[in-house]
Amino acid sequence: MTVAHRPTSLGDAIRLMADPVAVAVAGCTDLLVADLATGRRHAAVVDLSRLPELKGVREDGGVIDLGAGCTFTELRRDPLVRSHLSSLAEAAATIGGWQIQNRATLGGNIVNASPAGDALPVLLALDATLVLGGTQGTREIAYESFHQDYRKTALRQGELLVRIRIPRPSSTTWQAFRKVGTREAQAISKVVVAMSASLADGALRDVRIGAGSLAPTPVRLRAAEGVLTGRVPDAAAADDAASAARAEVRPLDDVRSTARYRRWALGNVVRRFVRGIRA
Amino acid sequence: MGVIGTSPPRSDGLDKLRGTAGYVDDLAGEDTWHGATVRTSVACGTVLAIDAAAARAADPDVVVVTAADLPGPNVLPVIQNDWPVLADGTIEHLNQPVALVAAPTRARARAAADLVSVEVEPSEPVLGLDAAHEVLASCSIDHGDVDVAIADAEHVIEGTFESGLQEHVYIETQGMLARVEGGVLTVVGSLQCPYYLQHALEAVFAPTGFEIRVTQATTGGGFGGKEEFPDQIGAHAALLAWKSGHEVVLLYDRHEDIIGTTKRHPARVTHRTAVSGDGTLIAQDIEVLLDGGAFVTLSPVVLSRAVIHAGGPYRCRNVRIRGRVLKTNTPPNGAFRGFGAPQSQLGAERQMDQIARRLGIDPLTARRINAYRDGDVTPTGQVLDASTSALEVLETTARRADFLTRWKTNESARVDALDDGAPRDGIGIALAWHGSGFTGDGERRLRARAGIEVDDGGRPWVLSASTDFGQGTEVVFQQIVAEALGVFPEDVGIRPPDTHLVPDSGPTVASRTVMIVGSLLHRAAREIRGRVGDGPEPFQERAAAWIAANGPLKAETMHQTPPGATFDESTYRGVAYPAYGWICDVVEVSVDPDTLLVTPRKVTVACDVGRAVNPALCAGQIEGGTLQAVAWAYLEEVKCENGRYLNDRLQTCLIPTTRDAPELDVRLVENPSPAGPLGTKGVGEIPMDAGAPATLAAIENATGIAASSVPATPERLLELMEDAP
Repeated sequence: MTVAHRPTSLGDAIRLMADPVAVAVAGCTDLLVADLATGRRHAAVVDLSRLPELKGVREDGGVIDLGAGCTFTELRRDPLVRSHLSSLAEAAATIGGWQIQNRATLGGNIVNASPAGDALPVLLALDATLVLGGTQGTREIAYESFHQDYRKTALRQGELLVRIRIPRPSSTTWQAFRKVGTREAQAISKVVVAMSASLADGALRDVRIGAGSLAPTPVRLRAAEGVLTGRVPDAAAADDAASAARAEVRPLDDVRSTARYRRWALGNVVRRFVRGIRA
Repeated sequence: MGVIGTSPPRSDGLDKLRGTAGYVDDLAGEDTWHGATVRTSVACGTVLAIDAAAARAADPDVVVVTAADLPGPNVLPVIQNDWPVLADGTIEHLNQPVALVAAPTRARARAAADLVSVEVEPSEPVLGLDAAHEVLASCSIDHGDVDVAIADAEHVIEGTFESGLQEHVYIETQGMLARVEGGVLTVVGSLQCPYYLQHALEAVFAPTGFEIRVTQATTGGGFGGKEEFPDQIGAHAALLAWKSGHEVVLLYDRHEDIIGTTKRHPARVTHRTAVSGDGTLIAQDIEVLLDGGAFVTLSPVVLSRAVIHAGGPYRCRNVRIRGRVLKTNTPPNGAFRGFGAPQSQLGAERQMDQIARRLGIDPLTARRINAYRDGDVTPTGQVLDASTSALEVLETTARRADFLTRWKTNESARVDALDDGAPRDGIGIALAWHGSGFTGDGERRLRARAGIEVDDGGRPWVLSASTDFGQGTEVVFQQIVAEALGVFPEDVGIRPPDTHLVPDSGPTVASRTVMIVGSLLHRAAREIRGRVGDGPEPFQERAAAWIAANGPLKAETMHQTPPGATFDESTYRGVAYPAYGWICDVVEVSVDPDTLLVTPRKVTVACDVGRAVNPALCAGQIEGGTLQAVAWAYLEEVKCENGRYLNDRLQTCLIPTTRDAPELDVRLVENPSPAGPLGTKGVGEIPMDAGAPATLAAIENATGIAASSVPATPERLLELMEDAP
């Protein structure tokens, strides 16, 4: 027997989450699949879909502030996301299929903490901050430090992800996103990469590359970032970044792909990103 | 009436659209019990003990069945009688059924099954063709003198071509409902072949003296996966109903369906071909190896079809084909659309591409030179009839797709390609043939029967055991009978495929339904019409008047193989099939150079179906089969490790989505077969034959990577590209 709670305020939701067996759900697109596969049943679920505090996209002094409950359909259609966070809009359009995008939320993608989560490299590349709410009040945490190990996060017992805050990229910031999947829809990534950088006097600055499906958590490609910082984005820089990216990851062979392919494709994607950078 | 060649609506369409069609799951009532299956946890070994005490203690209502409870022999009768109902002593594959549980609800049945403990002594499984040695079946064809021809040949070209497991992914998973009532054991299920299950139940339940009755429920797809497998799950449901005294429904969820049921046979096909300088085939020396899995089941007949088609649709005076099925410790591989021919023709077509490239001729010319003409003699010695359309489908497809120009353009573009990340275009062609109906002497032995009966109101009813599991069999039968009787298709009723109501028309497999059973119905309808006579009134009135005057009106016909059409199964000489379909596919792909992801863009198909009774359904078969074949080439994969399928959920067992489906341009070619009154040939399986090699050829045209095996995933393409000598 599962008790389903449908709170209408964040405060109520947080109180309900004090129950250690309670599980928070939004679109349910991960939970239902996992529960069907494992036969696991939950004593209590807390439905977050009615919480106004988790809704909407707004601009808040130099920050694009995204509700954790925004669906991917909302994100890919949102004018602020489309004009400032183009890589997130692209990622939102590649997750699952249309039906999944209608239900699945950005917050769910983050908290589910799959290393293959398609939106997650974008949050690394765009330097997101997470706002978490709990009985002790709210706190902020850099997204980069949120994933601690395979499906382990910094979320404390009873805490909920409320907002995702992304510094509004400057008009000179260049963004890119690429998902390498198996088919055109409903595919889990073999490799997923996002990048942002700006150009100053022809040289790359603020280079951030996030990548998924390569490690137990989404990862920053710091070696490739280092290779590119201060460089003119020419063919040689692209090749060097590709080599650095391939060298710094330790992907696995699994049912979806091989380590060899992941490393090779990752390098090509990074290389193609760099070659595509235009002032 | 002119209803042949039109596309009236399907009789089952409205119920399916409304959601009122009765699939097995819909037939279970409040009081129906549920079954669950206990499976082995090792791929090979011995069952030491089965202990159901914990399950019974936790839930005293549950009923448990093991091999010890069987009323008769522990065997499902398929060719060799080696497929056990339940594992008894020896474990031959992972997830082999070892015990069955029934309980009042599905959850209780599952919970009880999880409490049944099976103690096993594991042993080392034999996995993969390299390790396999036990031969489950073999056959061979000898035509001309291959050794002399190869010794004298200008060019001898060798190649090895492999294909992996393929899962059917029918939309409805396997399911059966069974009950015993008044000495009658009734099983209703999702199945293709009611009489196969009838015979299996007659064997398993022989000592009980039950009368057996099998009925098809509305069935959501089969692709061959519901040919022989229902024997097992049907027997399981029946055992639980018999032991529990309740109606029992046994349904697999998708995961259980993938881990527990049959797949397409993995194959390794080796060619050694002698050719003259202009590309003419002089000799083909071919070996076909199939991985049969743990039991013989249908493997001998899959092998037979694979071997007979292995040379491809090409004339050649000297042909030697050796085929073997080897035993491994996986679930038995079984019937799957194409039945061995897609695997062996993948080899034939990739070999033809290799020959063309080696001799510097284009793939179209190589096929044009060698394709069968009417009057040619096949490796079994069969003389091809006037409806041999290999060249016609080849030229039609090549012309519609502008194949040669585009192939040549891509060949040069590849050499000059810029490093701009732009997708590379590729185009490939493949030609195939497919024998309609059972192989060799099969139809003669089967003696399929079908009939028409007319009710008192003058409405004609089809009596056949042919099942509709999505192909549209029912409306096609209505059309055939309507044409013969001079009525409208909707005036013809279809009796359900129920072994108490209809004769044994044979299984709904082997592209035989329209050609073989359709012809039987046509004959029966003509006989009825002859008896009733013609007149100005509608048939129904004339028939009702005839019945009023003369009594019941019914005609049953039995298949008769025409004189001279014999096949010797010991020598593999003679008429292998009464008719052949011919197909050509041109596949266009684009390949991303950064990821080697393949995107099929368009497939152009011309297929000789003899005569299209219902062109919309004919084209539908070709579209669906082509998509299945193309996806088998680049996407669909079931990896097997230590006897365990790794792609065991739809999350990882991928088939194309709508967005992956290429544009399909299907052209029906109609060169009527002289073998039957309607001129029809099979269409169900032939679309599976040419799509995969054409896709590999297109990838080669785009990238220069010559894949000889499927699936050509990006991972495999990368290995081929980087490891090429």
